[in-house]
Amino acid sequence: MRGSGHNHGGHLNQGLTPSQTVGPFLAIGLPWADGPFVVPPGMPGSIEIAGRVLDGDGQPVPDALVETWQADPDGRFDHPDDPRGPVAAMAGFRGFGRSATDPAGSYRIVTLRPGALPCPGGRTEAPHLDVSVFARGLLDRVVTRVYFPDEADANAADPVLASIADPARKATLIAAEEGGGRFRFDIRLQGEGETVFFDI
Amino acid sequence: MTANDQRDARVAGHSQLVLPQYVSAAGVHPPLDTLAYHSSRLRAPGRPLVPMPQGLTEITGPLLGPERVTAADADLTAGHDGEPLGERIIVSGRVLDSDGRPVPATLIEIWQANASGRYAHHVDDHPAPLDPNFSGGGRCVTDSLGRYRFVTIKPGAYPWRNHYNAWRPAHIHFSLFGRAFTQRLVTQMYFPEDPLFALDPIFNSIPDPAARSRLIAAFDIELTQPDWALGYNWDIVLRGRTATVFETDES
Repeated sequence: MRGSGHNHGGHLNQGLTPSQTVGPFLAIGLPWADGPFVVPPGMPGSIEIAGRVLDGDGQPVPDALVETWQADPDGRFDHPDDPRGPVAAMAGFRGFGRSATDPAGSYRIVTLRPGALPCPGGRTEAPHLDVSVFARGLLDRVVTRVYFPDEADANAADPVLASIADPARKATLIAAEEGGGRFRFDIRLQGEGETVFFDI
Repeated sequence: MTANDQRDARVAGHSQLVLPQYVSAAGVHPPLDTLAYHSSRLRAPGRPLVPMPQGLTEITGPLLGPERVTAADADLTAGHDGEPLGERIIVSGRVLDSDGRPVPATLIEIWQANASGRYAHHVDDHPAPLDPNFSGGGRCVTDSLGRYRFVTIKPGAYPWRNHYNAWRPAHIHFSLFGRAFTQRLVTQMYFPEDPLFALDPIFNSIPDPAARSRLIAAFDIELTQPDWALGYNWDIVLRGRTATVFETDES
């Protein structure tokens, strides 16, 4: 069974509500008009992360939902569980993005570049966004990360990237810079070039 | 970055950084490669998931709350010229984490078919009537005790093309955030004693029968309102924190 390799205390999972697929009709309940805008359109310094969700035949997935979650540009979270203490909420920055795919399988998120993050053990995580993908055919979300191509040193020191030995696999997590603050990040659910998905 | 932030970053970058950790959902969620569910065949990843430690991004998450909803959003029978056809129901319960703690102020989004088993969506070509008084989407935010409540109509069962004579048991789709990225959950709520359970590859994709049964709401006479609507109770349990907090990789 996939997704069962990592156990943070499996004996405690009794009682959890299981996942089910989002199905083909998520557009009735989940998309928001402002979903793709982690920051308002036109905010100085904003970037766009866009790409396609593709299936095992390389065909676009037109009924997926892509969600992102990330730190602010200082590497902070406006969240009570960030042990570094309260941070002044950055005006207009939601941290969270949500984009349904269009008939070409394309999504896009408008946001700010996140900062690097400390992690237990004294190492540093390179700037990244966490990504959830939901779609018909996925009985549970799949989780991946977007890293940035111009952060080579930080990426080389990142413990999550370091855990992936195969350079070709690792490369599936690095967005491609397209200029003008635009980054491309395609998500291949299956097959050749399959994106690395994580068990968290 | 301010001087304070730089100091904080130095402190936090030290090996003393201690983060809450969330229990595993191992064995609870359906395997992605459930081949009886045909849509998974070209969409489920073929490679094993890569284990990832829960860092700051995973133990935090969007705290989306009242700003995204109005009180009217929790009543799917309202907002149109007339009342939708079908059996009016109240669906209510609590959102808890696996420690038993309520999850307050968290956004819940739902969507469903109408009483005839038809979704108000262009992709749905089931030859059952659309209902001009039912759109099928709703949302609410849990209260301080983690409680939620929707008014809607009971969705109908509907056919799909997974296999010959395939029908989905009646269900309502639920989306939850909790308070951390690890807690994000999208699932489906079912109704008691549905004869289609044994035949449904999506319901049966959950390996543990006990876990499967946790998706079935309970009829509740206490929730039922006389002369108005039947009540169904359904609690949702998200991943809670592990009892012991992990120290560091080196500890």
